[in-house]
Amino acid sequence: MLRLYAELIRIRFLTMLAYRVNYYSGIIIYGINIGAYYFLWKAIYAGQQNLAGMNVEQMTVYVAIAWMSRAFYFNNIDFEIAQDVREGKVAIEMIRPYHYLSVKTAQAFGEGLFRLLFFAIPGMLLVSLFLPLAFPPSPAAWGVYLVSLLLAFLINTELNLLTGVLTFFFFRNDGMMRAKRVIVDLLSGLILPISFFPGWAQAIMNWLPFQAINYYPSMIFAGAIDPLQAGDVILLQSIWTVGLLLPLTALWRRARRNLVVQGG
Amino acid sequence: MLQVLRLFGDYLSQYFKTRLAYRADFFGELVSNLIFELINLVFIVVVFQHVPLLNDWSRDEIIFIYGYFLIPYALFTMFFGFWDFNERYIIRGEMDRVLTRPIHNLAQVCLESIAPDRIFGVFSGLIIMGYAAIKLELSFAWYDLLLFVGLVISSVLIYAGVYTAIAAISFFSDSRTGIAPMIWNIQNYGRYPVDVYNGVIRFILTWILPFAFVGLYPSAYFLRKEEWYTYTMLTPVMGLIFFSLGLFVWNWGIKRYQGAGS
Repeated sequence: MLRLYAELIRIRFLTMLAYRVNYYSGIIIYGINIGAYYFLWKAIYAGQQNLAGMNVEQMTVYVAIAWMSRAFYFNNIDFEIAQDVREGKVAIEMIRPYHYLSVKTAQAFGEGLFRLLFFAIPGMLLVSLFLPLAFPPSPAAWGVYLVSLLLAFLINTELNLLTGVLTFFFFRNDGMMRAKRVIVDLLSGLILPISFFPGWAQAIMNWLPFQAINYYPSMIFAGAIDPLQAGDVILLQSIWTVGLLLPLTALWRRARRNLVVQGG
Repeated sequence: MLQVLRLFGDYLSQYFKTRLAYRADFFGELVSNLIFELINLVFIVVVFQHVPLLNDWSRDEIIFIYGYFLIPYALFTMFFGFWDFNERYIIRGEMDRVLTRPIHNLAQVCLESIAPDRIFGVFSGLIIMGYAAIKLELSFAWYDLLLFVGLVISSVLIYAGVYTAIAAISFFSDSRTGIAPMIWNIQNYGRYPVDVYNGVIRFILTWILPFAFVGLYPSAYFLRKEEWYTYTMLTPVMGLIFFSLGLFVWNWGIKRYQGAGS
């Protein structure tokens, strides 16, 4: 069974590799975004050493790593599921001897690995030529970041699966999936670190899974969470990873009963 | 021209019929556009809880610029929403069909990708601008309204020109270039006062990809920032230049276009 999923990851990775030219422009796009926020933050920090518990150096690293982490955890499997449902392909997928959602997760992982190696790492090196970036000092800090990033990927993928499976009920929900994408960008801390939000907003966000997607790993990378606290963060992320499985299984079970195959 | 307007009406009713077939999706998209517009507002509001000024710009001034930006941006996406031009028209060979239609091919492409629901973007822009104007206690003369309309149209023409030219690249090379999303991300710089950025970026945003004329420069007039007035007055000029350029590249591309697809 594991071999099957390893193969799926490999195939997706190779498919992405075949179209790698399409992604070179992506690196520039992320560079443009990082640059925009970098200059903006520099102007915001003008004269101030510390804002919301972060100094300007940490903020620079945060902006860069937040976008590069997104390259890894981001995927379009919700849109892929929606397409499978619309085109009726999902009927074939469901009679195959594997678990449809796990297959999607494996494919997303293959895609994420590709973007990590061919997008995030060269992108980060490129950005570090222009911006003063400080990388985590110890291998342990790198390790904690990678674990946190992997959990971030799982949580984001679970949310994508949730919205993707909703297509079984609504037939067309591109609008909702797009809304989810923007909400995740804001509430995950990509646009600005969660610590900048007012207290009441932070209190609400502590009960939502979004900050586990970007804020935690990026704060670890930027050195704004000290290593002793990092354990708590990883634990919290793990709880969300497991916790989100519950609504997902429930929804999936109902979706299979509810399925209407339109084409195929 | 009259014919285009009549067709516009027909395409409009067609649009609503197809969209309202999937109501949940339609409203989902409205909501997602609204959230997208609000996110930058959230960014501005949250950041200004920590700092009083950003390069001498107050919170409400920045909100005003952002509100202005939303209006030409929404109008542009309403009429020129062919982001996927390459995929939809060139690779699938749809362009051949467009060329047989009686009206100008660019007008035909615009009509086919029209998105009237973006009018809500204009409303949110107006509300955001209005809020900032009240906070800043700005006063307007009657002719400011005319100027506003003129400036908005000029800003839309700048966007339209840039994106028409980019779409026209597909006539010369039918492979995916990835330029359109790149430019789309650069335009995000235009939402904030350009003096935040360094000289190179400021130059690009003023003269090469003049997105500053879709945000700061026109709104500076209403904010009574006299140091930017020269640029405000240049806005219509830039609009005409860039739209003519876009149209020129497009027509040139049409001549070069040899057909693709099957």
